[in-house]
Amino acid sequence: MTTKLQGGSVTRLLLNDRGGRWFLATLAIATVLVLALNLLVPESSPLHVSTYMVTLLGKYLCYGLLALALDLVWGYCGILSLGHGAFFALGGYAMGMYLMRQIGDRGVYGNPDLPDFMVFLDWQTLPWYWQGFDQFWFAALMVLLVPGVLAFLFGWLAFRSRVTGVYLSIITQALTYALMLMFFQNDFGFGGNNGLTDFKDILGFDLQADSTRAVLFLLSSLALIAGYLLCRALVNSRYGRVLVAVRDAESRTRFLGYRVEHFKLLAFVVSAMLAGIAGALYVPQVGIINPGEFSPINSIELVIWVAIGGRGTLFGAVIGALMVSYAKTWFTGAFPEVWLFALGALFVVSTLWLPKGLVGVVGPVLERWRTHRQQPALKEVADHG
Amino acid sequence: MKVLQRLAVLVMLCLPSLAQALPDDLGQQLLKGSWTEREQLASTLASSPDALSLKAAQLWLDGELFVLKSSKQLVLSVKEDKRYRVTDLVSGADLGLHKKRAIKKVPLNNKLRGLLRTTLSLQNLQSPNKDLRREAIENLLGDTSAESLALLNQVQQQEQNTDLQALIATGLAVDALESGTPQEQIKAAQQLGDSNHPVAAQALLAQQANTDDQALLAAINKSLADIEQRRRFYGAIENTFFGLSLGSVLLLSAIGLAITFGVMGVINMAHGEMIMLGAYTTFVVQSLLPDHIGASLFISLPLAFLVAGATGVLIERTVIRHLYGRPLETLLATFGVSLILQQAVRSIFSPLNQSVITPEWMSGSIVINEMLSLTVNRVVVIGFSLAVFLGLLFVLKYTRAGLSMRAVTQNRAMASSMGIRTGQVDALTFGLGSGIAGIAGVALSQLTNVGPNLGQNYIIDSFMVVVFGGVGNLWGTFVAAMGLGIVNKFIEPWAGAVIAKILVLVFIILFIQKRPRGLFALKGRAIES
Amino acid sequence: MVESTHGKSIPDDTLLYLDSVTVSFDGFKALNDLSLLIRKGELRAMIGPNGAGKSTMMDVITGKTRPDEGKVLYRQADNSSADTDLTRFDEAAVANMGIGRKFQKPSVIESLTVWENLELALAGRRSPFATLFHRIDQTDEQKISDTLDLIHLAERRDDLGANLSHGQKQWLEIGMLLLQEPELLLVDEPAAGMTDEETFRTADLLREIARERSVVVVEHDMEFIRALDCRVTVLHEGHVLAEGSLDHVQNNQQVIDVYLGR
Repeated sequence: MTTKLQGGSVTRLLLNDRGGRWFLATLAIATVLVLALNLLVPESSPLHVSTYMVTLLGKYLCYGLLALALDLVWGYCGILSLGHGAFFALGGYAMGMYLMRQIGDRGVYGNPDLPDFMVFLDWQTLPWYWQGFDQFWFAALMVLLVPGVLAFLFGWLAFRSRVTGVYLSIITQALTYALMLMFFQNDFGFGGNNGLTDFKDILGFDLQADSTRAVLFLLSSLALIAGYLLCRALVNSRYGRVLVAVRDAESRTRFLGYRVEHFKLLAFVVSAMLAGIAGALYVPQVGIINPGEFSPINSIELVIWVAIGGRGTLFGAVIGALMVSYAKTWFTGAFPEVWLFALGALFVVSTLWLPKGLVGVVGPVLERWRTHRQQPALKEVADHG
Repeated sequence: MKVLQRLAVLVMLCLPSLAQALPDDLGQQLLKGSWTEREQLASTLASSPDALSLKAAQLWLDGELFVLKSSKQLVLSVKEDKRYRVTDLVSGADLGLHKKRAIKKVPLNNKLRGLLRTTLSLQNLQSPNKDLRREAIENLLGDTSAESLALLNQVQQQEQNTDLQALIATGLAVDALESGTPQEQIKAAQQLGDSNHPVAAQALLAQQANTDDQALLAAINKSLADIEQRRRFYGAIENTFFGLSLGSVLLLSAIGLAITFGVMGVINMAHGEMIMLGAYTTFVVQSLLPDHIGASLFISLPLAFLVAGATGVLIERTVIRHLYGRPLETLLATFGVSLILQQAVRSIFSPLNQSVITPEWMSGSIVINEMLSLTVNRVVVIGFSLAVFLGLLFVLKYTRAGLSMRAVTQNRAMASSMGIRTGQVDALTFGLGSGIAGIAGVALSQLTNVGPNLGQNYIIDSFMVVVFGGVGNLWGTFVAAMGLGIVNKFIEPWAGAVIAKILVLVFIILFIQKRPRGLFALKGRAIES
Repeated sequence: MVESTHGKSIPDDTLLYLDSVTVSFDGFKALNDLSLLIRKGELRAMIGPNGAGKSTMMDVITGKTRPDEGKVLYRQADNSSADTDLTRFDEAAVANMGIGRKFQKPSVIESLTVWENLELALAGRRSPFATLFHRIDQTDEQKISDTLDLIHLAERRDDLGANLSHGQKQWLEIGMLLLQEPELLLVDEPAAGMTDEETFRTADLLREIARERSVVVVEHDMEFIRALDCRVTVLHEGHVLAEGSLDHVQNNQQVIDVYLGR
């Protein structure tokens, strides 16, 4: 009964979202296909998908979720955050701390309580902010809470005093920059330069095992699907229409009696939490989290994913993330020198010639093609009738 | 005076015989002679007016004088993987690599050491060169032996320079504090309270621990308090100086942005790369003119302005022009440009930092007193940033080009209808802002590493300064840069450089919440909309 | 009866009272000791040359600009005893107290449809969580449909705000204002950019609205003011220059001097 109800509401959610239906269907099929080809097809077969590839795709899916989070605030609410990487990294660090504690006495120094880098720094006891991270539920809670609370505090201050547009962008960038400097500090207690790494297992499962990798990939995919439905539900509600109103005419919305800052704040916090989840799924797959994740360029690269894909469409952002990330992997492998040129050109091209992103270009073409195809069919029906 | 004259005559007499000043068998005598003979040789060498003898004496004192056993030549030696490169003291000729056994250090004992030191000191103390005299006096300050006291007393009468007189007086007071009569001690303690030299504080502290005399203790404590107060005072001045220096760097890097962002409203994320281009221009100029390092900065300044300015105009005409009124898109596009420029520099030069040489005239420091000295390069950068700032104010206020720029930014339609070519003015304004960033790069190349990431390190700071100061207000940028620079340097001593930077960032983030339009916000209807 | 700072008494049916309001921008006084009184159910026109302070006055009433001095007292329908000083509230709070505002430049949400624009304006709870789970009911739908008829946009209900003509945007904005169910409507230059016919239809619409609510209209167009047929206040340099019927005001020597620049 419950499932039926849920199914019903999901259908309603996607009623006017043709792109979203295609996107979710493709994602679900691809996920199943990749898993099947990885687990069921023998390695010798040319159809076999290697675990390396599964992990790589899982990483992309995390980026997709991150892009989705940014699109919620940028595409629908007009908040261009240049610091969203910070929330991603914070979620990642929370998960990293759990994984670090899971190492236990298997570290180089064999200390059952202290992670290696703390032993190296000659620390005697675990700092208070590392307490509790040996419990998965606690770490999972922190994955949501830490980015959420930071976003809440930051957003509460910024939106209340009506910091908007480029000013907001710049201070979000300063935020992630300040965090990066902080995490680079050795005595800050998060491993400094090297970050957290050398993880062994998660919930008792070996992180190097193919099956664990496959499950992480599956979870990333499910998180992306759930994140998509959540965002779609938000933007389809009256709340979403207020967000759009804030984006298009902030002052008008205020005079209609809406507390714009509260609307922005909710979207910002939800988005930060989604980014945190993305980071938490990312870290066990790539096996490391370091302060480089906070660097402003990461956050800006994320913006270009959304811009290239097409902002304000949700699925466009995800597609952009997958495509640009794949391009990055390919370029840095084949022509490392060219990658920054290509990325730079992407920024320029997408802003100058693709204001609505790829979805904005491909969407209308598909639409025209569909109507062309349907018209003769309709005519036929009319002729017969 | 008489002594000096006589010395001068002696020096002149000895000049032609420089080469023969050292007897040929000196090496033999030094190695084989008795300690008494060595003492005689030492005092002859050290009191000789001849430069080579003095050099030999000094090397002997420092334990760096050797004799090559085979030829009994006096030599210098430098270790070169397990063997020693030996050079002749007199001719400077390379005598090849030798084993350790082949050379012998000229023997030295404490008595010889004292003898050499005092005799050499006296030589230096009477030198016509003021810096040599200062160095000699400094050497005597920490030394409380009877000989050095006698030396100080001796030169006190002769010394004409007031600074050096004060230094000598300090030295004598240190001595009096340690071994004078109680009255002399108190007087010395009081006197040392006026000295800025570290030796004064050391002597006072040492005596404070040793004495039970209440009157002396009171005098010592008072003097120590005086010194501490002055130390704090000069410390604050030094911090302010460092702050102004950092502020100047911030001002230089932000001022071009204050034009493109503040006046035109264009978010130029490639601004940092304009600074980088300026710094690389300096590097290229120095590599092309390796013999004119002193002039390289002056050649680089106009070139950097042109290179960065032209790049700026190019960016404005090809990219930004299409994005006016869409600040967020401008931000993204210019960020793309910045990536391209960074990678271009990486591909053309190298991903590594390049070394830019500091010219002679910019190195060293200006000594105000023993507690305070200012490095020349920072003083130059402070002066330079002020000059650039004032120059820019002048251009904007009093030239026709500046008038057009202000007209276009304030009311584009009106300016256009008055016959101003707004497109040209936009390009020029952007070029000006970029060119100034290039100039800033020349100055920054003297203070930081020149590499592809140079620009990235400054872009956030620059934006913070402009936003903090209030957009569209050059004076605001000035006050913000200097204020942030000074605040940063005053936090640094107790929080560390990185934390200071983080605190300043957090402060600005909070400040913008309170006053979203910066320190010197323009108020009014035009701004609101 | 309430006493103003000037010692004058304020009539009982007062809805809004601006009490010696002064606003200055960098030394320029946009409003200079402005006092103004709007009664319940009144239709009032405000005229004045550029820079007279009309828009600033609206900004002050709606909480966008804080005055340097003075109060804006507002008597809400449900509690006639206590007056609220609007200068202590922000735009959203003032809007929720029943004061609606239409901007000089038509301002509708361009990427929402006409219907969605109106739905957004619909009176109701305004918190993010309330909007998250909001479902529109029959009476609300009826209200929106009625408003669509009133503003002659029933046929364009599914068109995007961006695709409306200038005049239609003005009407849509007035419609949004009505669905807010305000006590007081502040309308800034509603006839700007309209054809003559549209202008008269707008005047009719505003007169219609003024039967149930108080309306303050700022306008330059004298024909439009005449069509409104109401009391007129002339603002000049942030101060009330004259007040009365249009004819009375037009014959006032001071007003003539100001408008002709003598």
